[in-house]
Amino acid sequence: MYELSCDVAVIGGGPAGLAAAISARENGAENVLIIERDNALGGILQQCIHPGFGLTRFHEELTGPEYFGRFVARAKELGVRSMLSSMVLEVNPEAKQILATSSEYGLTRVQAGSIVLSMGCREKTRASIMVPGTRPAGLYTAGAAQRLVNRQNIMVGKRIVILGSGDIGMIMARRMTLEGAKVVMVVELMDYLAGLTRNRVQCLDDFGIPLKLSHTITRIEGDRRVTGVYVAPVDENKKPIAEKEEFVACDTVLFSVGLMPENELTRKGGIEINRITNGPCVDQHMQTSAPAVFACGNVVHVNDLVDNVSRESEKAGRAAALYALGKLPKANRTVTCMTGNNVRYLCPQCIHVTDEAETAEIYFRVLAPQEHVRLRACCGGKVVYEHAEFRVNPGEMNHVTVKTADLTGEELTVEVIKED
Amino acid sequence: MKKEIICTVCPRGCHITVDGEGETVTSVTGNSCQRGFTYASAEFAHPVRILTTTVRLAGRTDTLLPVRSSRPVPKEKLFACMEVIRSAEAPVPVRQHDVIIENILGTGADIIASASFGTDD
Repeated sequence: MYELSCDVAVIGGGPAGLAAAISARENGAENVLIIERDNALGGILQQCIHPGFGLTRFHEELTGPEYFGRFVARAKELGVRSMLSSMVLEVNPEAKQILATSSEYGLTRVQAGSIVLSMGCREKTRASIMVPGTRPAGLYTAGAAQRLVNRQNIMVGKRIVILGSGDIGMIMARRMTLEGAKVVMVVELMDYLAGLTRNRVQCLDDFGIPLKLSHTITRIEGDRRVTGVYVAPVDENKKPIAEKEEFVACDTVLFSVGLMPENELTRKGGIEINRITNGPCVDQHMQTSAPAVFACGNVVHVNDLVDNVSRESEKAGRAAALYALGKLPKANRTVTCMTGNNVRYLCPQCIHVTDEAETAEIYFRVLAPQEHVRLRACCGGKVVYEHAEFRVNPGEMNHVTVKTADLTGEELTVEVIKED
Repeated sequence: MKKEIICTVCPRGCHITVDGEGETVTSVTGNSCQRGFTYASAEFAHPVRILTTTVRLAGRTDTLLPVRSSRPVPKEKLFACMEVIRSAEAPVPVRQHDVIIENILGTGADIIASASFGTDD
């Protein structure tokens, strides 16, 4: 078996892994290794050829390849090593070892000082939402179609129905239209948009593509190839209204119905997983329940902006470097983050108060859209953060910022309250 | 002619109503800030978009080069630009931000490579 050692091993070379590796190098880790299963770095951004990345971080509008290109260049400059075409099979958090299989080296064992998990997420499929009907050709997840069209020069269809108003689905609606296909409609179960408003305007409205809110696909028809789908409005309990069902002819259906953090390695390693995010539980340093293992990006919770992923991953990379060097401050006590009114989940799930004065950012998603609200964080009977917001939306992540020195209680509650 | 525009400057997404004729704006209502005013006025008079797509790479059938317009192009010219780009081919190797098509359809925007291909970086 081929053996390697490093200070910080990063699993996954997408935007999260790249930012974590760079930050680990910048914070004193000499030997940083990225293990990536694809034959190139960049992750999903390789197929995200559209603009809209980097508005927060770089104050300019970049395409996916331009965004990750900057990180690849920086990683190279800092001497971050990468092992491509290599699949991690197992993570052993106690021994800080990784077992991987690599096209070049065969079975490989990596001994690390600390480990960063940045495997990202994958798409939910038709099976995840159990759409009835036949199983013809022409059914794709939006991201799979995106890869085929943008990277492999394979056009997936001519007349397309998209289920789900997530960002990838809307972006593919524009992409397919520009490539000459007809996008008949985007069908969304909820009564609000799942993705960003910007994408609705620039990807659907610009091309006159109808958005059917509170509708769903009730069944798929077709023998060898999709011939069409039945679309029906849903009632307030999200049940399709059968008598209003209509047939929509199409040869392709794209599913943009959500993403799932990819945590097989995390689970196998015995690391605690949060039930809501489906990602590892982390503290403000992105440290998991296994002290030597850190996690960042979409493997922890699904983000809508890569700029946030980069920011979060830098925290993970820094903390992983400090851990490997034995310099990560010891926790004096733990404050648990609790969801309050209209908050679906919080990330991080806990905060470790150390001797250092720190500012912690807690990201969250709301359960339902709400207007004229205040975002509030309370701990030990005191308000430690409060901020007015015009509108909150499940499709757009929010955050609160707290000083760890202010956290005198055992629980930190984050809530969204109606402005009076 | 009145036109309703959803502002994309920030997540607030104001529904702004712009009134005017051709490129002349006579009134803007429903915006909450100056940036929204600027966006809606420009969007009414002269909507522009960054165009991103792919071009073929010389001698390759299995992979594509992502490209973008170096600056936004008029919205109504997106499909015409796509026609021009469809018949283009990028040389190999190509470096990020190399110009593939100069001044496409006289818009003042170049079609440039979003990524490198066949180079060391």
